Amino acid sequence: MAEFTVDPYAERYARRAAGMSVSEVRALFAVASRPDVVSLAGGMPYVQGLPAEHVLEVVESVLLEHPDVALQYGGGQGSALLRERLTMLMAEEGTAADPEDLVVTTGAQQALDLVGKVLIDPGDEIVVEAPAYVGALSAFSAYEPRFVQVELDDEGMIVERLEEALVRGARPKFVYTVPNFHNPAGVTMSRERRERLVALCREAHIPIVEDNPYGLLRFDGDPEPTLHSMDPKNVIYLGTVSKVFSPGVRVGWAVAEPGVLQRLVLAKEAADLCGSNLNMLITERYLAGDRWRTTLAGLVSTYHARRDAMLQALDEHFPADATWTIPSGGFYVWVTLPDYFDSANLLAAAVERKVAYVPGTAFYPDGRGRERMRLAFCYPSEERIGEGVRRLGELLSDEEDLYRSLSG
Amino acid sequence: MTRVAVLAGGRSPEREVSLRSGHRVSSALRARGHDAILVDPSEGPFVETLSAATVSACYVALHGKEGEDGTVQRLLELLDLPYTGTRAGACQRAFDKVLAKEALDDADVPTPPWAVVEVAALRDLAAGPILHRIAQRLGLPLVVKPSRAGSAMGLSFVEREPDLPHAVMNALSFSDAAIVERRIDGPEVAAGVVAGLDALPLVEIVPKDGVFDYAARYTPGATEYFAPARLSPEVAEACRRSAARAVEALDLRDVARIDLMVDGDGLPWVIDVNVSPGMTDTSLLPMAALAGGVGFEDLCDRILELAMARA
Repeated sequence: MAEFTVDPYAERYARRAAGMSVSEVRALFAVASRPDVVSLAGGMPYVQGLPAEHVLEVVESVLLEHPDVALQYGGGQGSALLRERLTMLMAEEGTAADPEDLVVTTGAQQALDLVGKVLIDPGDEIVVEAPAYVGALSAFSAYEPRFVQVELDDEGMIVERLEEALVRGARPKFVYTVPNFHNPAGVTMSRERRERLVALCREAHIPIVEDNPYGLLRFDGDPEPTLHSMDPKNVIYLGTVSKVFSPGVRVGWAVAEPGVLQRLVLAKEAADLCGSNLNMLITERYLAGDRWRTTLAGLVSTYHARRDAMLQALDEHFPADATWTIPSGGFYVWVTLPDYFDSANLLAAAVERKVAYVPGTAFYPDGRGRERMRLAFCYPSEERIGEGVRRLGELLSDEEDLYRSLSG
Repeated sequence: MTRVAVLAGGRSPEREVSLRSGHRVSSALRARGHDAILVDPSEGPFVETLSAATVSACYVALHGKEGEDGTVQRLLELLDLPYTGTRAGACQRAFDKVLAKEALDDADVPTPPWAVVEVAALRDLAAGPILHRIAQRLGLPLVVKPSRAGSAMGLSFVEREPDLPHAVMNALSFSDAAIVERRIDGPEVAAGVVAGLDALPLVEIVPKDGVFDYAARYTPGATEYFAPARLSPEVAEACRRSAARAVEALDLRDVARIDLMVDGDGLPWVIDVNVSPGMTDTSLLPMAALAGGVGFEDLCDRILELAMARA
């Protein structure tokens, strides 16, 4: 008699890897990526909106002028010139930062991993929003924290709930938040909440990790100050060029106080020695001059029109008792359905009807969110968005009939 | 060198699993000297691709709808291409759990008592209240699954009657009918059957979390397997007999996997039949074959030969 070991490493995995497993939802996305499926699932920037000739020019000039640098290793922190350009991007939102306090990372996703590596011990509490960016949850999870979830509403994280958690004895290492055009919730933290959060965290000596990938993608309303601009010493700021330029170059960054920054740089060097010089040079060149601004303005107006198309289609096709957020920028609408809907289970039927979304459960570490779904409006055309939402609305209406019959 | 098309992918929720099966099968067949090409029926014009490629046989490594319900098999029959596995008509019956269970019942192969809930009955006939009767008749705990799906997708266990409607809705996301079945408590075993090979050892399935769901099936290390199964020789023999009778009752050809639960009295119940068993690195048929001294390449080669013999 033999015990069959499918995976000879089964007993050797670290605790942090033991929880990693495949899922039905992942399997369904393999079908959802087919071209006839309208995907409202992925948050893919509309890179087709970038002027090809500009990008080509940039790449060509980098390889012609600096092949020796572009194809070589670089420093762990990223080149001074690129760091300067990235602080200039921050200045667009009124945030002052010193290029010396900035480390370039492989997308903001690596910055999340490095922050986890540098700050989280197993069992540490960290505060995340409920719902929270799924990529942050997976990056932090590897360091085995305990997630303290703080609900959000139309004005972003409900800071009073955080205060209550602290009163109940929570001692988080840091508070993680996406204040602008939240992923997945689409909401933006109000000025009042920002002030309250910054004051509370300063007083309680809890650093804030501010993740701001979408800040420059505003459609309407006035920009709010970044948390970093309100308290640079207590806020670690994460940025990315994925949404203003390209996620393909994998250029993000973190700005932090010198002590933290030094550890982030050392952790970055330990992880991958340095970022891609080629991609960093391309990014630095792309952001030189003013052409990128015109391109970005074009992208923002495309996203704006797509958001409007989605909101209009939702009004038209979604059940009367469903609600959704109205994002004033970014990529996502967050839908709340009556609680008998189970968006994780419904995904198979949606894919069968050739439309996909991300079930709400992905954005909570504890299995909540079944009655919610994230709809992304960034990638498909307005027409496809309308069609996708129509298919989804039809499915929800059929599902509602089914529920009525079953609950007879 | 014979050129064979390994059919994998498709557009069922099991697409990814199928692609993994297909890649492994094609490498194995190449290692055995066949010119194996991978063909995804959902990419490009399937019929033209097959005709243009001048293949002499197809290895069906598709899972789920289309690949297991006879759709693809019918096309292959029209193209006069020999293919591995069960004929189209028998596929159609085996893949539909309602039809399969009826056929098993008719042949006196024990399968857990069941009831069917159809979408049409719920939507058009407002038959929701029937769930209460079903629960009463079958008795808790229950297993609810889609009538036409694989890899345990859409499957749930119901301990309390109030959870039944949700489980039914869940299953109906994958199929237009749900099977509600009495849950048999006991070891779960899989019987791999390959024509022309001696009975393969049974594989006993022990999921670490207690439930053999999608994650437990495809995350290496999430489930423990014992081959041969830790059953008495009599019970093991009874399982093999049930499996053989299921194969006969459903007219399965070349290769199949029969899943069984063994109850407290040592009686095996057939809970599922698969006309295109998984061939991934965590799949049961390759495991059974290996335990029986048949390596993966031999297994694929053997199954392909069965189809080639019909050319």
